[in-house]
Amino acid sequence: MSESQQLDADRIRTLLESEGDEIKENTRLFNSERYNAVKAVGEGAHEDNRSQAREIKADAIERLPELIDRTRKAVEANGGTVYVADDAEDANRYLAEVADDVDADSVVKSKSMTTEEMDLNEALEADGFDVWETDLGEFVIQVAEEAPSHIVGPSLHKSREEITKLFEEEFDPDESLDSAEKLTAFAREYLGECIDDAEVGVTGANFVLAESGSIALVTNEGNARKCASIPDTHVAVAGIEKIIPSIAELEPFAELISRSATGQDIPQYLSLLTPPVDTPAIDFDSSDEPHFGNGDADRDFHLVLLDNGRREMCEDDDLRETLYCIRCGACANSCANFQSVGGHAFGGETYTGGIATGWEAGIEGNDVAAEFNDLCTGCSRCVNACPVKIDIPWINTVVRDRINRGKDPGFDDVLVDGLVPDEEEPGTSLRKRFFGNFEAVARIGSATAPLSNAVASTGPARKVMESVLGIDARRDLPAFRRTTLREWAASRESRVADPERRVALYPDVYTNYVRAERGKAAVRVLEALDCEVVVPDVGGSGRAPLSQGMIATAEKKAETVAESLLTYVEDGYDVVAVEPSDLAMFRREYEKLLPEAAYERLDGNSYEVLEYAYGLLENGADPDALPAGDGDGVAYHSHCQQRTLGLEGYTEAVLERLGYDVFTSDVECCGMAGSFGYKSEYYDLSIDVGETLADQFEGAADERTVVASGTSCMEQLDSLLSPETRHPVELLDPERQ
Amino acid sequence: MSTGSVEKFQQSLSRLDTASTAVAPDELVSTVADLVEPPAVGAELPFDGLSLADAPVTLDPSPSRLSEAVTGVSGSRMGIASLGTVAVESRAEGDEFIALYPERHVVVVRASDLRTDLSDAFGWLRAEFEEDRQSFILATGPSSTGDMGALVQGVHGPEEVHVIIVRDNE
Ligand code: SF4
Repeated sequence: MSESQQLDADRIRTLLESEGDEIKENTRLFNSERYNAVKAVGEGAHEDNRSQAREIKADAIERLPELIDRTRKAVEANGGTVYVADDAEDANRYLAEVADDVDADSVVKSKSMTTEEMDLNEALEADGFDVWETDLGEFVIQVAEEAPSHIVGPSLHKSREEITKLFEEEFDPDESLDSAEKLTAFAREYLGECIDDAEVGVTGANFVLAESGSIALVTNEGNARKCASIPDTHVAVAGIEKIIPSIAELEPFAELISRSATGQDIPQYLSLLTPPVDTPAIDFDSSDEPHFGNGDADRDFHLVLLDNGRREMCEDDDLRETLYCIRCGACANSCANFQSVGGHAFGGETYTGGIATGWEAGIEGNDVAAEFNDLCTGCSRCVNACPVKIDIPWINTVVRDRINRGKDPGFDDVLVDGLVPDEEEPGTSLRKRFFGNFEAVARIGSATAPLSNAVASTGPARKVMESVLGIDARRDLPAFRRTTLREWAASRESRVADPERRVALYPDVYTNYVRAERGKAAVRVLEALDCEVVVPDVGGSGRAPLSQGMIATAEKKAETVAESLLTYVEDGYDVVAVEPSDLAMFRREYEKLLPEAAYERLDGNSYEVLEYAYGLLENGADPDALPAGDGDGVAYHSHCQQRTLGLEGYTEAVLERLGYDVFTSDVECCGMAGSFGYKSEYYDLSIDVGETLADQFEGAADERTVVASGTSCMEQLDSLLSPETRHPVELLDPERQ
Repeated sequence: MSTGSVEKFQQSLSRLDTASTAVAPDELVSTVADLVEPPAVGAELPFDGLSLADAPVTLDPSPSRLSEAVTGVSGSRMGIASLGTVAVESRAEGDEFIALYPERHVVVVRASDLRTDLSDAFGWLRAEFEEDRQSFILATGPSSTGDMGALVQGVHGPEEVHVIIVRDNE
């Protein structure tokens, strides 16, 4: 987002229209190719590579100063030069000096995000050098004077037709460039001459090997090979975080990088270069002399290692992981929001997609991250996609928290007094407090239902909500139940005399106050499978405040919930959750919020309700106690965070076991994502993402019962298809109508 | 170190739209001659007893010969059977240019130099690094791009790759 435009509803709408189609097609292709490639190599082998890669990165970042030192020694021993640049300006100045020293007129570059970060092209051009991007995607962007929309495919928001128009206008070729082949041939020739003429070749480096002073480059086009070998002077530019100890540590990354990026087992070209290389220099001035012109030029190599905020990131416990990133783009491709709007919305000055928040916060500052950070809904689909296992949603949450605290505390505090949890400093905006403390809203709403529902849904009330809280008036609001799940459960006797197991059913805020029917169904199903069920008096898991970046509040809630639930665990109860986003708190985010022992205990003893039912059936519970499916069709949408935990299969298995014919969606997220879809500026995006899911179910919805595990997903499907979406557990309910 | 099989290597190559021919050592020169589309340039092979001296290629070419060449012939001291990958070494003979400029790249690899998979190939690379041979391009199939709106082969590197596998002397 080079123009750093404010991300409002208009901007999002414009991007959805102008770039959405291309972005969707390309990111989804990369995404599905990644899934296929991982499957082909085997989940186990892939997982091993990820663990190894992460360990290597963590270790390398830990001892970065030493590795920088070793790199310098090795490169210098080989005859090259290392320059550690404090910031972009410093690095640009050094590069201009190198170009000046060899009397260069022009510089050719292969793809490098780090030089994008430095705005190297602008700097060199200001110093009078011609600069050519030779990666075709970068070349398109350079000609179009735009910013990259994706870490791996900088121009993937552009259609072939748009590129044809752009190139024909810019270069006025004799023949029309009306196919990808012709465009490629044209660019090959044009850039080929630029490379032959250039005095300096600049490449990035995907990895730097300290021990030998080598760089590794991952490319498909071959331009990096040319930029590194044809000009006599080669400058490789890399962030300091790219250093790993030696060739021995490169292997897992060689396995992972292309598989994660594009689903290739290996890139077309994996260059391992230890410059200055033995390839002779070409002397085009003696074009008829053998031995490549018999020039006597020496090869000259410079490695520029860029800091630009990275050493500070090393010291930052929450941002540090960002430095493990190998820039594969999988977090962007697996992100439903990114698939719709691309990096011109979901990105900062340089970086795009979920991890951009970490990079931009560390390099540019929180202000730049704040421009797009809201687009991460915490759906967590990138977590399993990331080859180095970075907890990308957590980085987004932490930065959101920092942004909240940094904001001017000028908002009207009177209105929200009751909604401000003490732990948050007053910078948190009104809307964040509203959504973050949805539990309080629900409690009051339920106590005064149905009046509260009637008032909230009136025109004037919706107008106020829209203008004060930014809640889009086109969304239906949750209708609060007068009788909560807890009250209902407390008023009835347990039905199981001699239970097989004992369950503490977690009454998440939605199930307790809004979707009580799915909680009741869960109780009856578990009882039918011979479990004693209690519904503890325990509050919100902290998911809502966490999603607003209110970490201190979330932490408090986590402590309270864990304290209460763990007493049940001590008494031999299993914790079962209906809402996957809350279960994901127990099993993922609580690791960050709770002492290790408490987290592990709760993680090990909590289950999603259908996961639990599956376990009961596998261990001898009688499926005949539940109504049979009789071959009825079900269209099932699992929940994003449930899928990240690997739990969607249990729902499918249980439904199939009961005789249902299950069709499962394969979209990454429903687009609603808690409060996200309610926010006015994101309404169109939320609907755009949701439509992909609705399209998948469109044909099926007539003959199939639509079920979804998450509250948000149910709301999105209700609004896009018909208001009859149910939780899968409701199909299992012995009292089902 | 285990060696990968010729059949596996050829299967992998065919998945990459890369043709391959397995020959005996004494058939090498005639095979190269068959596969070369002139004008052709070459880098002398890094193998004892195998040479391009008698093949219809210009070794050690001038810059203009290199630019005009349609075919480039070079050797690879390693192939990866599971992937169809070859190694282009940065040598004074100019392998890197020969393998990069012309539209067609003909690569000569010895059957005994085939490795089973990437992990096996990394074993080889580590050993090479120890011996101070530290610059290789692991090349897999022709160069390609999707940046112009559809997948196209032949960008800055070759559009077509043909691998000659030289069998061991029986
Ligand atoms: S954060 Fe992970 S998934 Fe995202 S670009 Fe970096 S390495 Fe790839």
